Amino acid sequence: MNRIDQTFRDLAAQNRKALIAFLTAGDPDYAASLDILKTAAASGADVLELGVPFSDPTADGPTIQEASQRALRAGMSFSKSLQLAADLRRSTETPIVLFSYYNPIFKYGLERTAREAAEAGVDGFLVVDLPPEEAGPFADALAPTGIHIIRLAAPTTTDDRLRILTDGAGGFLYLISRMGVTGTGGLDYDEIRVRAEHVKARCPLPVCLGFGVSTGEDTRALGAFSDGVIVGSALVKIVAQGGDVCSNLKARLAELREGLDAAAPVQA
Amino acid sequence: MSRENLTGRYPDASGHFGIFGGRYVGETLIPVLQEVERAYAEAKADPAFEAEFRNMLKHYAGRPTPLDFAERLTAAVGGARIWLKREDCAHTGAHKVNNVIGQGLLARRMGKKQVIAETGAGQHGVATATIAARFGMGCKVFMGAKDVERQAPNVHRMRLLGAEVVPVESGTATLKDAMNEAMRYWVNVARETFYVIGTVSGPHPYPAMVRDFQRVIGDEARAQCLERIGKLPDEIVACVGGGSNAMGIFYPFLDDPCELLGAEAAGEGLDTPRHAASITGGSVGELHGAMTYLLQNDEGQIHEAWSVSAGLDYPGVGPEHALLHDLGRARYCGVTDREAVEAFDLLCRCEGIIPALESSHAIAAAIKEAKRRPPTDNILVCVSGRGDKDLGNIAQYKAAHNLA
Repeated sequence: MNRIDQTFRDLAAQNRKALIAFLTAGDPDYAASLDILKTAAASGADVLELGVPFSDPTADGPTIQEASQRALRAGMSFSKSLQLAADLRRSTETPIVLFSYYNPIFKYGLERTAREAAEAGVDGFLVVDLPPEEAGPFADALAPTGIHIIRLAAPTTTDDRLRILTDGAGGFLYLISRMGVTGTGGLDYDEIRVRAEHVKARCPLPVCLGFGVSTGEDTRALGAFSDGVIVGSALVKIVAQGGDVCSNLKARLAELREGLDAAAPVQA
Repeated sequence: MSRENLTGRYPDASGHFGIFGGRYVGETLIPVLQEVERAYAEAKADPAFEAEFRNMLKHYAGRPTPLDFAERLTAAVGGARIWLKREDCAHTGAHKVNNVIGQGLLARRMGKKQVIAETGAGQHGVATATIAARFGMGCKVFMGAKDVERQAPNVHRMRLLGAEVVPVESGTATLKDAMNEAMRYWVNVARETFYVIGTVSGPHPYPAMVRDFQRVIGDEARAQCLERIGKLPDEIVACVGGGSNAMGIFYPFLDDPCELLGAEAAGEGLDTPRHAASITGGSVGELHGAMTYLLQNDEGQIHEAWSVSAGLDYPGVGPEHALLHDLGRARYCGVTDREAVEAFDLLCRCEGIIPALESSHAIAAAIKEAKRRPPTDNILVCVSGRGDKDLGNIAQYKAAHNLA
């Protein structure tokens, strides 16, 4: 069974919500990034999203743009992101999702990407600029590997389109909590609740909320009406700030975890 | 050369030109683009929209632009006869105005209160600011911080026209980053804002829509050739950055027995990293919503483009050009900075026309073609814009390269 599916099944059995941690691969450099990701896996992250750095990240706000630039300057690339996933897999069974723009995957080769990602122990791909209409060739390449394509749904996505999105998708649905690009803040919990409940009623997959999620207060609020949350820019900022990144990351993940667990008390 | 019928065949219903084009964008932008696609399809079918577009092209932009026989240039080169399609005579000094009138009318029809645009050299920004002023709309132009410095006169023009110029510091702080930022901004404000893309690039429906608004260049030129020459030209030459003037002049000739040649900016040479020739010096990939030819490294990271002409300085190319290249319907060649500057000088001296540096690439390519053709042949060249904006850059280039 795909590790993502196993994780959501285990979490559901415990009535717990998924904490999904996004970190830019190779930020600030390969070795430090590997340590940071290992720390995240050991500190309560249920799924790890490795952001493949790209020169033109049109869906990302300043925090992740800058992280991409740092990683690229330090020599990061798509092939090294696959290598990083493989290195990470040696020390953890936490599900790994590669979060990428399409061009690096396309350029590397769809079959080659699928094969090497499977060997590396990758469980899902989230390709931010690859809507279902364009995803056929990559979906075909991934099919024999059992790696999921994870889809994003926007606040403006219609019900008809939601059906198109979930058809052929796996793992979980990444529901974007608000308009705009990645970054912290700007959440309206009540608005998101209405939207999340609407989508959950129409989506066969676990529904996780991302964009703007950064504090324990956020995870506590959003955890109440979702199957999990994705936290990105807030964690990437910790890396950007430097100092004792692993300790700071561990503390933040504990806060986020606490919020989520408060949202869904473990049943006795 | 391919002789299959191409007019009206591309893009397909999903916005693809063969394997190129498409709509590679995040889910948040999908409904926004679908709205533009629907609105454009309705406008295209509405005779009143077409009539208003034609009316503005005539009375505001000053169309039709002339077809001008370059007699002294032809004599100086010695070969085929060279005819100039004078887009430099259009309002704002370039073909860009055709597209912004079309998209401006569409934005107004959709009830949008603001337009946004990306710009490199500033020409498309000026054109968008122009139409925004004409229609009384708000206007925000995203421009790489480096370009804001390099293109001060156009920044001044945009501000005079009432536009806000937003310097973009991210990435390489040039045109591609300005486009990234415009897309990021648009996601937030799409309800009241229309994104005016400046070339035949970006996600569906932009490549087809911009081509449709620019085909007036080719429609006019075709009729003018039949009237003045008594037949179709043997070859049509245009410069290609994103490729909107080229698509505009090529499109009405796609099913005619005319050779098509796109002149890309070869900068300091295709064997150097400093060029902007996506088709002749790049490879297939996806950027800004479309599959096309790109300047990129082996791992799919996009390179910064380079050219003495800021308007050709884009690391991609319109997807329909990618298709025409693969079909063999059009040829694409590289023209270096030096060749373009020499052609610029020649046109100034022979014809009393100061062309844009972008257009000078087309003139350089046309001169080469004229030399290999008999005097009975006719070559049609698109002079996409006027060169006043380039005088400073040309002086700098000549000083740096010890040219008189």
